[in-house]
Amino acid sequence: MIEVTVTIRNRAGLHTRPAASLVKTAARFKSEFTICKDGIEINGKSIIGVMTLAAEQGSSLVLRFEGEDEDAAQAAVVDLFERGFDEP
Amino acid sequence: MSDEKNKEIILTGVPAAPGIAVGPSYLYSKAVPKVHQRALAPDEVENELARLHAAVARSERELQKIHSFAEQKLGASNAKILEAQVMILQDAVLMGAIEKRIRSELKNAEYVVYDEVSKYRRLMMESEDEYIQERTHDVDDVMNRVLRNIQDQKLVSRLEGESIIVSHSLTPADTVIFSRNQVLGYATDHGGFTSHAALLSRSLKIPAVLGLRNATALVKSGDILGIDGYAGALIINPTEETIEGLRRKEQRLKEFEKKLEGIAGLPAETLDHKRCELSANLEFAEEIEFALKQGSQGIGLFRTESQLIGRETFPTEDEQAELYTSVAEQMFPHPVMIRSFDIGGDKLSPEPLQEDNPFLGWRGIRVCLDRPEMFLDHLRAILRASAKKNVRILLPMVSKVSEVRKAKEYLKQAKDDLKTRGVPFDHHIKMGVMIEVPAAAVLAEEIAKETDFLSIGTNDLIQYLLAIDRGNTLVSSMYQEFNPAVVRTLKQIIDAGHRQSKWVGMCGEMAGNPIATVLLLGLGLDEFSVAPIVLPEIKKILRSIKFKEAKRIADKVLTLQTEVEIKDYLASVLREKLPDIPLEALDTSHY
Repeated sequence: MIEVTVTIRNRAGLHTRPAASLVKTAARFKSEFTICKDGIEINGKSIIGVMTLAAEQGSSLVLRFEGEDEDAAQAAVVDLFERGFDEP
Repeated sequence: MSDEKNKEIILTGVPAAPGIAVGPSYLYSKAVPKVHQRALAPDEVENELARLHAAVARSERELQKIHSFAEQKLGASNAKILEAQVMILQDAVLMGAIEKRIRSELKNAEYVVYDEVSKYRRLMMESEDEYIQERTHDVDDVMNRVLRNIQDQKLVSRLEGESIIVSHSLTPADTVIFSRNQVLGYATDHGGFTSHAALLSRSLKIPAVLGLRNATALVKSGDILGIDGYAGALIINPTEETIEGLRRKEQRLKEFEKKLEGIAGLPAETLDHKRCELSANLEFAEEIEFALKQGSQGIGLFRTESQLIGRETFPTEDEQAELYTSVAEQMFPHPVMIRSFDIGGDKLSPEPLQEDNPFLGWRGIRVCLDRPEMFLDHLRAILRASAKKNVRILLPMVSKVSEVRKAKEYLKQAKDDLKTRGVPFDHHIKMGVMIEVPAAAVLAEEIAKETDFLSIGTNDLIQYLLAIDRGNTLVSSMYQEFNPAVVRTLKQIIDAGHRQSKWVGMCGEMAGNPIATVLLLGLGLDEFSVAPIVLPEIKKILRSIKFKEAKRIADKVLTLQTEVEIKDYLASVLREKLPDIPLEALDTSHY
């Protein structure tokens, strides 16, 4: 299991479009992907769950990956956060 | 109610189908499906899950279609919002939870969907994030779509009493389903004059104003509305005075209609005895009775796509043959032109299509030639309806001669199949081509050589010729039937057909525009195929002028340089010939 903490960089936060990108990226891997914020845990492969998080710019999230390809999954997802979901 | 609430608001949009109505509104898109909890017997569970899956699959197809349109109009990045909605439907966590609860709690699908999605919705509402609005909208949208699809028939039964439907947009399926109820009129935020919903409302004689932009935001369910399908206006909370004005206008039009009584039995013949064929464009067999009453001498265009509404697969040869035979028999001895499936574009497709530009994509004859089995079933079905020799075949979206040759080969194969089976059919069935792609207009003479007749489909021809998306409200006012380029193209097609001694008809909307009638007659058009509702007016115009004079008028039009000059000239001609024609009301083109 891998756990990393990421910060939301793009201005609009984790709204619909980034949420879609995030779930699509996570879906490419077999590993389970959980997002934790303020004591709430949601399944990172569930778009409706991710949309529920309403994580705004500057907020921190704990990402947890568990499974055979957890390293690759972690790298791909963290990269997405670092790029700010290619949004301003 | 306060005065503010009752203030009259006038919205203008595209006058899509003529007629006037006053009545309460029924807000379609915003109407949130009512959800009732119902206990399931254990043996109902599988059936309930099947309902859920069918509704989800259908919602997904609907959204995919909207998504591909949005991508084209808004760009891929903005269209992602719709993609997210599709992803919600594909959300295995959500759907898994819903299925599990239906099984374990033995509750109906709509209740569980509503309850499960509401959990997420509540969480979103608790957040202070400013983007939360957008997200709950997305979630509500997709949930309501699924709920509507689960409830399917129930939606319409909720339409109690006569109402004017107000919605974001209308699909052909909506239009058809609603038309089976007491619909007084349609008003939508989006859609243009030649959208399929508009075509349908015209043929169903239901006034419609489309492209109002924000009607759904301003209208509340139950508001009293006035709809003027001639001028393209929707009046919210009309004053007594406004209602009075609408009624007067309706009265004037009815008076003109009275003058047309009895004309149904008279031939479509000019003052100097040139006979034209005047037939009807139909989509449903149910419209035949009305078309005949209006004096139709045939069906110039029978659209076959309505058979695909709400279906997952193509209808079988037998199903198709049954419909076409019934239409041919009801119309006998009048001719019926059956247009082969014109799917794709804005039409219904039984399969979800992902095309960046569907109007330039896989549609009409292209689909048929790529799907030989489907096309052969279709051709055999049409042939089987032709035993009494009053059926003709019309090929849509042809852009080159080789497509016609290929279609003829398939027709021969279909004939051979039926010969082998010993099924009777018209061995000399006529096959014609719709001229609606500019390339086909250029090649009209070569195409005419290969076929028995040509029929001009002006709706697509004009949009392709002028590069105007007729459904795009930003540019739809540039869709001009009287653009000189259009007029000259029509002349080229008609002359090309006649040089090959082939008959040339027109089944596009332009054939039913009273202002165009004299011009088209003068250009030598042999057949006018129009919406049944305008048939008497067009006949009245044909009977009010000499062919010789119409030719002179057409020659003059060919020298004019702009759309406005042409339209003004033709309107003045019409006013001179028929002083009491309520042109402002009959002219349904853009003002």
